[in-house]
Amino acid sequence: MADGYVFSTEALSVGYKGKALINDINIRLEKGKILALIGPNGAGKSTILKTVTGQLPSISGKTFIEGRELEKWPRGELAKKLAVVLTERIQPEMMSCFEVAAMGRYPYTGRFGALTANDKAIVWDTLRRVRADDIAERDFSQISDGQRQRVLLARALCQQPEVLVLDEPTSFLDIRNKIELLDIMLETAREKRTTVILSLHEIDLAEKLSDLVMCVRGDRAEEPDAPEKVFTDAHIRELYSITQGSYLVSRGSVELVRTEGEPRVFVLGGAGSGLNHYRELQKRRIPFAAGMLSENDMEFEVAKALAQTVVSFPAFGTASEETKARAIQEMLSCGTVLTAFDPGKQKDNPNTGLLETARQHHVNIVFSAGELQ
Amino acid sequence: MTKQLTAFRAALVFALLGIAFVAILVLNVNTGSVSIAPKEILRIVLSGKSDGSSIGNVIWKIRLPRLLAAAVLGGALSVSGFLLQTFFRNPIAGPYVLGISSGAKLFVGVMMVYVLKYVSSVPFWAVMAAAFGGSMLVTLFVLMFARRVRSMAALLVIGIMIGSVCTAITDFFITFADEANVANLHHWSMGSFSAVSWPNLHVISAIVFVALALSFLLSKPISAYRLGENYARSMGVNVKLFRVALIGLSSVLSACVTALSGPISFVGVAVPHMTKLLFGTSRPSLIIPGSFLLGGVFCMGCDLIARTAFAPSELAISTVTAVFGAPVVIALMISRQRRRTDG
Repeated sequence: MADGYVFSTEALSVGYKGKALINDINIRLEKGKILALIGPNGAGKSTILKTVTGQLPSISGKTFIEGRELEKWPRGELAKKLAVVLTERIQPEMMSCFEVAAMGRYPYTGRFGALTANDKAIVWDTLRRVRADDIAERDFSQISDGQRQRVLLARALCQQPEVLVLDEPTSFLDIRNKIELLDIMLETAREKRTTVILSLHEIDLAEKLSDLVMCVRGDRAEEPDAPEKVFTDAHIRELYSITQGSYLVSRGSVELVRTEGEPRVFVLGGAGSGLNHYRELQKRRIPFAAGMLSENDMEFEVAKALAQTVVSFPAFGTASEETKARAIQEMLSCGTVLTAFDPGKQKDNPNTGLLETARQHHVNIVFSAGELQ
Repeated sequence: MTKQLTAFRAALVFALLGIAFVAILVLNVNTGSVSIAPKEILRIVLSGKSDGSSIGNVIWKIRLPRLLAAAVLGGALSVSGFLLQTFFRNPIAGPYVLGISSGAKLFVGVMMVYVLKYVSSVPFWAVMAAAFGGSMLVTLFVLMFARRVRSMAALLVIGIMIGSVCTAITDFFITFADEANVANLHHWSMGSFSAVSWPNLHVISAIVFVALALSFLLSKPISAYRLGENYARSMGVNVKLFRVALIGLSSVLSACVTALSGPISFVGVAVPHMTKLLFGTSRPSLIIPGSFLLGGVFCMGCDLIARTAFAPSELAISTVTAVFGAPVVIALMISRQRRRTDG
């Protein structure tokens, strides 16, 4: 480990049957760091992970574990440094969860694979860590997806690796299992100083978990970078080629496709009061406009994603006369106003004046999307 | 605590298998057209050779070799089946089901029909070699087709097809062969432990026990292979070498059986499955010796039925093993199917 990296690749090319799909992959990871691979389906995340774990031969370039080339490690020694959790579903016959997890001791046990007291202690300890000790005696083929993933993670951790590679470990898991699984990984990386490389579909989780993020996009892989650099709305939209709907990084939320057409209602929101109304209008496929919102309002991004037009003013400023005029014009052309904010409680809401104007012009005023036909 | 329970269960099952083995052995020696008192049997067997009396001859020349052949070959078939199930990761795999026995039969048959034209008798090593060649070839064929087949049913169909083709070719040769040779071949291909001689038994036993020992040495990688090829590789198993060893050993074992007694049906699938149920685990270090013992017990029992059920007529051993083995295979298919639709 002369260069100080526990895991690294050097101009690695990966692909199938001698044909390179992704070239020039350069990763350098220090001990205890977490790298997440993100990118659309079929972009090559699995191909990269299979190659760096030796399941698939590389096309060219090298992978290093502790500074030593992957191919140059003796099998048994490599298994003590590198462990995997794969996407494939395994169906072992009559194997208890304890047995599955204990297979992780393989590189350490003798000729017949008998477990020593120390091995058993490690397996139990690991099962407790992934909170699967209660199902240790159950048959592996008869537990839930979430439990299965914990046991497979325990198996990998029993190898006591320096580098842990997981291919989409959170797929098919419910939200609670996702959170707990990623929490175990964070704990492993921080406390055991294990380096973790994983591919994730949930980019909101990737952002919160990882130290470094690598975007994989079919023909190339970007340099791994800090999450705050990678996760910008524009970058994510471009990476996943999102042309309809949107992904809002700051909120970690997915918004569906906005309803096209002449806006039929003008939503007066602010301070988050409009959020539910925007979504309700979207579900009913009613095109709408929104205003006036400060650009740092918590609902601004969602309004922008779902509304035809948003009348907004700069953050920390106030609405100019020109902005007000634009909002009134927009409101009158809609013909209907949806009052989302509470005029009684939100006295300083800039839309208080607009509501007054609406009353004066006898604009139809409603308080929910349900009142519209 | 549960760990100790498993160890206790394993010890108990081994003890029961041992008792069953001895019991069926004694029962088998005792049963037949001449019945002999157990005390007498013990004396004659312990004396180490026939004392020249007619009872001694019945025991040493007829019953014992046949019995031991059933025990060793039954064990060999079961372990061969277990290795194939590991290889294909499919509980339905076995030398008979996959057509491997038929392949061995084809090679032995063709050799018998043709070589007997030129020499008066075929040396046993040649039968052995032909059986091994046939087993290997069919296994490689199955392998070629089964490469991308995950489904149990598809593998079964491939095996049946290959087995049918082998049988068809064997029949073709038989049609054009001398009648005397055909009779010889027909008797052999029905499957029977009756024509076993001591020297052949010695040779086969030696090979079987070496193969068994080597299989037992593989129990650690077999154990890892239960999680699939990729996990096994990631834990340090040399997968290529391991696969070659599995195929080689299972072919040697099933070739031994076919060479000595002809193809025997379903033992290779039924016995490993029953063994797993008995031990309540699929741990290879238990299942390999366990299914060897149970296979011996199973085949000795089936041979006893074959000999006595319609005495003085004798049934083919496959007739009996099929009656007990085929239902196990069907049950296996159904329970697997159910689990898949559940999951």
